[in-house]
Amino acid sequence: MYKAIKRIGGFLLVILIPGIVALHAEEKGALSRTDNQRANDHCLNCHAHNYFIYDNTVANKQVKHKMEQGMKIDTTLFYLSNHKNFKCTDCHSEDFSIWPHAAEVRMEPKMTCIDCHGGDEQYAKFQFEKIEAEFNLSTHATKHADVFTCWTCHEPHTYKISARSDSVINKIIAYDNNICLSCHNNINKFELISDNEKPNIISKHDWLPNQARHFQNVRCIECHAHVKDSLLVAHNIQPKEKAVKLCQECHSKNSILMNSLYQYQLKSKATGLGFDNEVILNSTYVIGANRNIYLNWISIAIFLMVLTGISIHTILRIFLRKKDHGK
Amino acid sequence: MENKLYLYPGLIRVWHLLNALLIIILIISGLSMQYSDPLNPLIRFDLAVNMHNIAGLILIFNYLLFIIANTISKNGKHYRIQLKGLTDRLTAQFRYYTYGIFKNEPAPFPVTKKMKFNPIQQLTYFLTMYVLMPLIFLTGVPMLFSGVVVRQLIGPKAFFVTDMLHIVVGFLLSLFLIIHVYFCTFGAKPYSNFKSIVTGYHEGNH
Repeated sequence: MYKAIKRIGGFLLVILIPGIVALHAEEKGALSRTDNQRANDHCLNCHAHNYFIYDNTVANKQVKHKMEQGMKIDTTLFYLSNHKNFKCTDCHSEDFSIWPHAAEVRMEPKMTCIDCHGGDEQYAKFQFEKIEAEFNLSTHATKHADVFTCWTCHEPHTYKISARSDSVINKIIAYDNNICLSCHNNINKFELISDNEKPNIISKHDWLPNQARHFQNVRCIECHAHVKDSLLVAHNIQPKEKAVKLCQECHSKNSILMNSLYQYQLKSKATGLGFDNEVILNSTYVIGANRNIYLNWISIAIFLMVLTGISIHTILRIFLRKKDHGK
Repeated sequence: MENKLYLYPGLIRVWHLLNALLIIILIISGLSMQYSDPLNPLIRFDLAVNMHNIAGLILIFNYLLFIIANTISKNGKHYRIQLKGLTDRLTAQFRYYTYGIFKNEPAPFPVTKKMKFNPIQQLTYFLTMYVLMPLIFLTGVPMLFSGVVVRQLIGPKAFFVTDMLHIVVGFLLSLFLIIHVYFCTFGAKPYSNFKSIVTGYHEGNH
């Protein structure tokens, strides 16, 4: 009897303790919201929803109004983004706390990356000044200077750094390509910036062999941006005429991919198997770029041995047969 | 004409010519892709890819003709290796190639209508046509479809493994081609066998 009670007690402890711990952690998590997050609730009460409600004092009634999509914040993405610790009013005027928002407040110029990150030692490794200088040379900046800003690509409420933080190369590719496609494959956003007709990405790349495989395994910027060795992610987007179209630029021993997509990938320890540009093999395989030094040497050695054998055999056939005929 | 044998009918000659041309195109375009260099391209990469893909598909078609022809005609018997006494026959042929040929000894297995290939030829042709060729197709076809099939079956490293195997088998086929061309100089005269595959008539008994 005593043993049975002991067993049941033990069983309950095993079941209950983790449950209590989990509940406590959840409660702690709920309580661990930062002051900034709580401050943001004031804005997100409206801006996190598809609609907002306000008192129309003129008509003396409550109005439920649609929230413009561009003004809506996805709180999940925001609190996962690089700016998750920010207060809305860190970047937006404190005057936005008052509703209705005054017209002059809404017309305020938006901050750029450099306004916060420029000249700051803490962010020096991100090279914001270099990025800005490269961006200013890009076709985005030169053709659409008045409308194209950092935020056009890097939506500040959702942007999450990928190249430095993600070790899975396919995630980096998908994330970065989605940034390009958010305009180049979205007529509504494209027309906000350009007066040209939105090109069809697929038909424009008809010339590219194995198009789908390329789209999955490299970023748009690999071919469409001028690579600078000292910069993590190239920001000098080139006009289409200057895009890389020569396959050998990637498919060769000195593949440009090593200075772009794979530049900051952890250079995993060499396996000793003798492959060129070995880091590429962690995620894919590029013909011409991933040659094997041992296979090269073995094949050259065998090839030379065969040629030598044939040459010796030929010489022996010529001389020994002549000698034999002479007898 | 008494010492001439009609060994290679028109269809075999056309098939052989097509096979030779395709394999040469595949070797050159394959090498060009594997050793591509922006400064010194042997063939522009995208052209090499297209050449390799098209030539590869035609070679598969040509190979299927070979298999069908060898199944329904008597030509297949030349590739059937008799295991009994094989070692002795191979040794005799090897001795001839490494010694007898220099002494103008008669070939131990002279070419006849019943036996076109000597034992070494029979073994190497069998290995080439029934082992290396299927392997080059099995590794080449999945890459033609961007490795999608193999990638799904085996995993992300599949394309790399498939291509490595494709390269190794391709290299062995290149070696076969070189040795095959050299052995063809063993005819009555050094050019006799090359003439044979054009005219269909075999001269001498080598």
